[in-house]
Amino acid sequence: MNVGIVSYGYYVPRLRVKTADIAVAWNKEKDVGEALGVKEKAVGAWDEDSCTFAVEAARMAVQCSGINSQEIGAIYVGSESKPYAVKPSATIVAEAISATPTLTAADLEFACKAGTAAMQMCMGMAESGMIKYGLAIGSDTAQAQPGDALEFTAGGGAAAVLIAKDSGGKANLIATLNDTYSFTTDTPDFWRRQHAEFPSHAGRFTGEPAYFKHVIGAVKGIFEKTGSTPKDYDYVVFHQPNGKFPTRVAKMLGFSDASVKQGLITPFIGNTYSGSSMIGLASVLDVAKPGQKILMCSYGSGSGSDAFTLTVEKGIEKPGKRPSESVLDYINRNKEYTSYVGYIRNRNKIKHLE
Amino acid sequence: MVQAISRIWRSIKQRYNLEGVHCEVCKESFFPKRTICPNCRRKGKLVDAKMPHTGKIYSYSLVYSAPAGFEYEVPYFVAIIELDNKVKIFSQVVDSEVDKVKIGAKVKAVFRRVQAGKEEDVIAYGYKFTVV
Ligand SMILES: [Zn+2]
Repeated sequence: MNVGIVSYGYYVPRLRVKTADIAVAWNKEKDVGEALGVKEKAVGAWDEDSCTFAVEAARMAVQCSGINSQEIGAIYVGSESKPYAVKPSATIVAEAISATPTLTAADLEFACKAGTAAMQMCMGMAESGMIKYGLAIGSDTAQAQPGDALEFTAGGGAAAVLIAKDSGGKANLIATLNDTYSFTTDTPDFWRRQHAEFPSHAGRFTGEPAYFKHVIGAVKGIFEKTGSTPKDYDYVVFHQPNGKFPTRVAKMLGFSDASVKQGLITPFIGNTYSGSSMIGLASVLDVAKPGQKILMCSYGSGSGSDAFTLTVEKGIEKPGKRPSESVLDYINRNKEYTSYVGYIRNRNKIKHLE
Repeated sequence: MVQAISRIWRSIKQRYNLEGVHCEVCKESFFPKRTICPNCRRKGKLVDAKMPHTGKIYSYSLVYSAPAGFEYEVPYFVAIIELDNKVKIFSQVVDSEVDKVKIGAKVKAVFRRVQAGKEEDVIAYGYKFTVV
């Protein structure tokens, strides 16, 4: 395709909960979290939600782009933890980056892959000339029932990518989105019905017939479509429901451990759902050099995977095109630990009398 | 305490993007918006202008006894922020280490829930500040 990424932004909330503290709260083995490859997870403060995360990521992307936000023709926010069941987060983001009123906007939901579905929509619209710039965002807060296994991994965060058509010579792009391929089936591995407060999941069923089948299906599909093999990629980014699945699926597909490491963020902040693979991509773009190739593949329960192949462009080295701080530096520096009780209080999970 | 929808809606540009006004005659900026320039009166020429999102703490206080709707957030910092264009605004200071919240500390605007109300209510979003 003749489209690519103009800029990107990310956001990870400051508060962290240690998975060992979650284990203590529920009388579980202290190393449950470590066994899942997650030592601690990022969680929002009492006044944050997936919409505020999305705004912060969007603002960073717009600032790095140097464009006039009035030229953004589409904003899509992918999330499974929307603050409203009815009322879009995308309009709030649009207003907060001064992109209103001439644009189209909507919220998307596809478990953890709604953000990459947003990327595909923006790619198609930019390539066809329907829009000049499209902003695709993946954002989620930690949604997990207290005491459930999910609680050890469910974190919060967001990432945004601004997508446009190549303006000629790729001068406007930091990376070309060469191709995309999706693999989708009806697989009930993880869900939340309209008025349920927390998602439910099918335990071990979320592995082989869900995550692995769809990620492998999408990656093999894009290999075939593009005639490429794992050796053609310098970096690979997968959806990261825990710290273990991405390295395992990388090995199954023939990628080296080294190519996975830079984009593997879940061990430090937990699974950020719609933000997960996109924050991983942001971390790779933080360090990637012009000419390098990236393969990215999301996974959303329900189920589906979107795979993308990217080539890093010279534009990435222009001053100010990358955020002023890398994802990894930011999450290491900007953190404050909270107790398990502090975390569930902030997420409004403690019942109290009005 | 829930704010009227019309009031939340009217203050969106102000709360999301720190939109105030700038007087093209005396070159001073004002936030929140004024309809008449306090310096030039009728001779002033006010245009909409976004305030800078960075500044420093001019004065602050740690709140232990909060008004209704904020009871569960105590203790929290409130501050008068002097923006880079000298305009002073009142705001909460969040996500900051306690010993770094002091007069002169550099801050930047962040986007947060200002009032969430109850399940049936509209959520009011807006600026707060954090020490950088
Ligand atoms: Zn004046």
